[in-house]
Amino acid sequence: MKKIYGSAAEALEGVLHDGMLIAAGGFGLCGIPELLLNAIRDAGTKDLTFASNNAGVDDFGIGILLQTKQVKKMISSYVGENKEFMRQYLGGELELEFNPQGTLAERMRAGGAGIPGFYTKTGVGTVIADGKEHKDFDGETYILERGIVADLAIVKAWKADDTGNLVFRKTARNFNPPAAMCGKICIAEVEEIVPRGSLGGDAIHLPGIYVHRIIQGDHEKRIEQRTVRTA
Amino acid sequence: MAWDRNQMAERAAQELQDGWYVNLGIGIPTLVSNYIPEGMDVTLQSENGMLGMGAFPIDGEEDADLINAGKQTITELERTSYFDSAMSFGMIRGGKIAMAILGAMEVAENGDLANWMIPGKLVKGMGGAMDLVAGVGRVVVVMDHTSKHGDSKVLKECTLPLTGKAVVDRIITNLGVLDVVEGGLKIVECADGVTEEELRAATEATVI
Repeated sequence: MKKIYGSAAEALEGVLHDGMLIAAGGFGLCGIPELLLNAIRDAGTKDLTFASNNAGVDDFGIGILLQTKQVKKMISSYVGENKEFMRQYLGGELELEFNPQGTLAERMRAGGAGIPGFYTKTGVGTVIADGKEHKDFDGETYILERGIVADLAIVKAWKADDTGNLVFRKTARNFNPPAAMCGKICIAEVEEIVPRGSLGGDAIHLPGIYVHRIIQGDHEKRIEQRTVRTA
Repeated sequence: MAWDRNQMAERAAQELQDGWYVNLGIGIPTLVSNYIPEGMDVTLQSENGMLGMGAFPIDGEEDADLINAGKQTITELERTSYFDSAMSFGMIRGGKIAMAILGAMEVAENGDLANWMIPGKLVKGMGGAMDLVAGVGRVVVVMDHTSKHGDSKVLKECTLPLTGKAVVDRIITNLGVLDVVEGGLKIVECADGVTEEELRAATEATVI
């Protein structure tokens, strides 16, 4: 089965619908599926819920879908760098569900692994625990968190082969594998599609079973906080 | 007299032990990496998915694919390993990280920590802070002892929404070091030029 598509728009064909839940990889602006986000903006799909650690900045990443008011709800751990996000959230136009970062990552991993819920001690005794089932194990209290299964996962990797095996680069891996795992359909955008066999089976970070469509493209890879030392 | 930011970081570095894997929060805790004792083997975790965090890059060597949890460009070391966020927080919740050194807005005498949200102000999110305080072996807080208005940030009870309940082990402030123990806080040491009376006076929490 052919997994390689010619463009982000082609890869998204027949997949998008209003009101869907999309899991997106990336941390800050690092390793975000920027080409697919641009194509979702162009497609105009509305009332989207994003499970994504962050919400981009005003003019890059998920931020561009906030500008066009295509996002109904964010499930995130940190949304601090986005003025339009705050305007819409404080104005009641945008729903926000805060998840602790590790809980969000594990919700994705669990959802993709057929685990509908798991107990964690993260957030016990905080507002995050309100309304959630509490249970004691070995004298310690845990809360029940649900796995996430997304209608669509969009991720960014460094390299793919034509079967969808993915390799990520440095800290750009972040949320991409768990996001990919929890999608009913997963589309990966990569910097390079390489010949089958050239990645080496032992070096694959995410097996192609999780990846249904692949596109190759040029990435801006914007840096959010350029920080340097004097030599 | 009291400790400045760098002196607080230097004091916090004394908490490190050889062979430990440690997570440093944003702000003063980041400065702790400048004071790791010579010859001590400490591996820094960045919770976005990296063990073995190096220094900031020199100009021109920034890599968009290589950032820390504060989204700053960093470098790797020979020992560096990368992994996804689910595994990263697996090692945090699983107790594999020996210690986290974090900033705080308020700490209470029972170890409650508030450092993610001020109601009515812009809410940015907790990021990985709730997972860290719930999971790591030891939580050390580094912060100013009082607010800009002079109010104590070391309290009987936190007024802000909590990041974690009874999670803090040690508090390092510009005025000194306190441990969370049964019945309240215990003074470990006073900062240079600070008397025990001054430390007690600046502390709303019960000091035993």
